[in-house]
Amino acid sequence: MHSFSYRANAVVTFAVTILAVMCGMASLSDNFNSPSPTADVKVLNINWFQKQPNGNDEVSLTLNISADLSSLFTWNTKQVFVFVAAEYGTPQNALNQVSLWDGIIQSKEHAKFWIHTTNKYRFTDQARCSMPLFASGNNLRGKDFNLTLHWHIMPKTGKMFADKIVMTGYSLPEEYR
Amino acid sequence: MDWQGQKGAEIVMQIMLVVFAIAGLGIGYTIGSFPTMMLTYAGGVVLTALITVPNWPFFNRRPLKWLDPSEAERHPKPQVNVAAASKKKAPKHK
Repeated sequence: MHSFSYRANAVVTFAVTILAVMCGMASLSDNFNSPSPTADVKVLNINWFQKQPNGNDEVSLTLNISADLSSLFTWNTKQVFVFVAAEYGTPQNALNQVSLWDGIIQSKEHAKFWIHTTNKYRFTDQARCSMPLFASGNNLRGKDFNLTLHWHIMPKTGKMFADKIVMTGYSLPEEYR
Repeated sequence: MDWQGQKGAEIVMQIMLVVFAIAGLGIGYTIGSFPTMMLTYAGGVVLTALITVPNWPFFNRRPLKWLDPSEAERHPKPQVNVAAASKKKAPKHK
């Protein structure tokens, strides 16, 4: 510790190294949190169900989404990204996921919510991809699907946790309307 | 700062920074406030820098005792040139 600038450099370097260790430990403390979220999605109405000009089926839904995600928040949580996806299988693909709605929750107070909305993003069965010969896009009539509420807990420092709740038992009508 | 002071300053710096880090983590986790941890730690870093970096007099209490100039003259450094001079003389005598 020979001179003023040497000591100043030593203090700054050691302080920043210890800061990195503190952030690592803050992230580790998130593992002690055992969250218990609840969610429920109701399909209130199927507004319309059509075949688009490009051959894809498309449906518009009105949803009631209610959830209590407040137990996901820790002292190290910056925000929680939550989205609702419809999941179904087709002869071509075992799992199709279509995101219907998403939101960002920035504080524990807003984590218990109830939303009445139409789907934010289009619910279409996409046929026009890289293999036009295989695609049909006629998959949604009478289809049973799950609605899954996914969330990503974004930390202030460290590891991001992601999990979901699967709700089954939804289905689409047999005929277009 | 003298040598002992430098060593003392280094030890004080390391201990203070670790103590403030642990205190910050503990307070922040217990209260549940990440900014509290950061502010506590930042305050600790500034305080540590104020104590250990400038050349305070209490770090200079055990200065090295340098010899007086007269004392040093009584113990001269051995001259390397003397050996080289005697080697030159030796062949002539033989």
